[in-house]
Amino acid sequence: MSAATPWTVASVRAALLAKKISARELATEFYGRIERHNPELNAFLTLSPERAYAQADRIDASVARGENLPPLAGVPMAIKDVISTRGVRTTCASKILENYLPAYDATAVERLERAGAVLLGKTNCDEFAMGGSNENSAYGPVHNPVALDRVPGGSSGGSAAAVAAGLAVAALGTDTGGSIRQPCSFCGIPGLMPTYGRVSRYGLVAFASSLDKIGPLAGNVADAAMIMSVIAGHDENDSTSAAVDVPDYSSETQRPIQGLRIGVPEDYFAEGIDPEVKEKVQSGIALLERLGCKRIPLHMPHTDFATAVYYVLATAEASSNLARYDGVRYGLRVPGSTLTEMYRNTRERGFGAEVKRRIMLGTYVLSSGYYDAYYLRAQSVRTLIARDFTDGFKKADVIVTPTAPTAAFRLGEKTADPLQMYLADIYTVTGSLAGVPGISVPCGKNKAGLPIGMQIFGPHFAEGRVLQVARAFEESRSSES
Amino acid sequence: MKISREEVLKIAELAHLGLSPEEVDTYRGQLEGILNYIDKLKKIDISNVEPMAQVLHPGAASGAEGDHPELRDDTPRPCDIANAVLAAAPDAEKPFFRVPKVITR
Repeated sequence: MSAATPWTVASVRAALLAKKISARELATEFYGRIERHNPELNAFLTLSPERAYAQADRIDASVARGENLPPLAGVPMAIKDVISTRGVRTTCASKILENYLPAYDATAVERLERAGAVLLGKTNCDEFAMGGSNENSAYGPVHNPVALDRVPGGSSGGSAAAVAAGLAVAALGTDTGGSIRQPCSFCGIPGLMPTYGRVSRYGLVAFASSLDKIGPLAGNVADAAMIMSVIAGHDENDSTSAAVDVPDYSSETQRPIQGLRIGVPEDYFAEGIDPEVKEKVQSGIALLERLGCKRIPLHMPHTDFATAVYYVLATAEASSNLARYDGVRYGLRVPGSTLTEMYRNTRERGFGAEVKRRIMLGTYVLSSGYYDAYYLRAQSVRTLIARDFTDGFKKADVIVTPTAPTAAFRLGEKTADPLQMYLADIYTVTGSLAGVPGISVPCGKNKAGLPIGMQIFGPHFAEGRVLQVARAFEESRSSES
Repeated sequence: MKISREEVLKIAELAHLGLSPEEVDTYRGQLEGILNYIDKLKKIDISNVEPMAQVLHPGAASGAEGDHPELRDDTPRPCDIANAVLAAAPDAEKPFFRVPKVITR
């Protein structure tokens, strides 16, 4: 959208140190872009200029005193609206939290600010992160900056659109079944789903607790790595955050990739994939081979069952997690003559169609008489899907697949049939269920000019290797084109 | 798998979810379609498979067995957000949340 070279973490730092621009001027520039382009994109739901300028002024004072700058000093960023920000409205793109002001910051947000990032505001998404097109937002869909009549993907569609359109240098998103990777594929930027437990979920509004992850969306892989180094690591406020040391992802990302074994599962190129997506991802894999990687054919036999498993487990967890929206402690309350009637009225009015559908499905699969047939069976098949990955990583260092079966579809194209929308998650939900890290990195465009993403999975806690392959790929692609 | 309107209403009641008559019809058909798709899981033999109960990778707790470095000591810490929490509530009277009467005499 902007013809000028896009800002990066590194270029912001260099410009601040050279005193070519102040952090306040940079924030002003980004708010100007948002003012101009957000009306057509609908990527931001809430702006936080007071907080952003206060932070920018702290950075500028630091520059003036000649102090060492923290790693993300002055970098204008956006935060998906399912992540809590103290005193800054956090709606989860739902009417039920329309005026909700969190009393505390998510750990990831606190760490970004401590690292100097300037938080511009909160980005639109599917309601409670449930969806793959951003059409489930109670505040209207986001439009894809590449083609305004197309969806940006979802659920982190606002974060992806904001970064792709240059309204933020980078953003935080969340990924439960593909919600970072798929919108990044549709908008043409890289985005990483970390290992389950790598980034604290404290302050992330829960959707499906065994699947939810916070991760970065950025203009380039190096920026995603910088952000990961800041947000990753154990947090005593989240007992599911891993007590595993955090490497310096930026230096890991610089390593050469010669000799790495690239696993390519045939199951991800079967029926249902758009021929242009298949061709671009295959060319991407061929490029990795030219860079010295070895291609290893894989078979991951349970891939075809992943969507069914995902929609049992994710909805079951959601039906439980969303029980808290009852009109008592926060958010919307619709009165009723009894307590139960108040709950029912509040939830009927406050939740949108997709959220209600998932609560119904999740309640059904957990209800008496169906628990073993659905929930427990899905948990068992989840074990088999995770085993497909464990077996794959015995033969390969990373596993490369398409991110999504198609490029961005048109707004309204898939809203009539929820099952068809769910089936489009097939390539992302597998890794989500296994808990392994995965990145989507742009691998070209189709004839209509729409971006296509290639997905790179790594073993648990091997974000560094995933980023390393993605960076080498990004670098060679830009030098070849 | 067939789902009746009554089953939809029962599920909605369990979920404390009010639904309009149109929503009941819509969700009845959609749940049926989705559950029929999910039935493909019945094709897999799971007799010797443990259900996945723990997602966090075993390597995430790097201490010795029985040692959980991811857990903190269970000691109270100050929490000073009570006023902000109550201020965000739809109906609060410090230090309580107020709800419709649940006990009748």
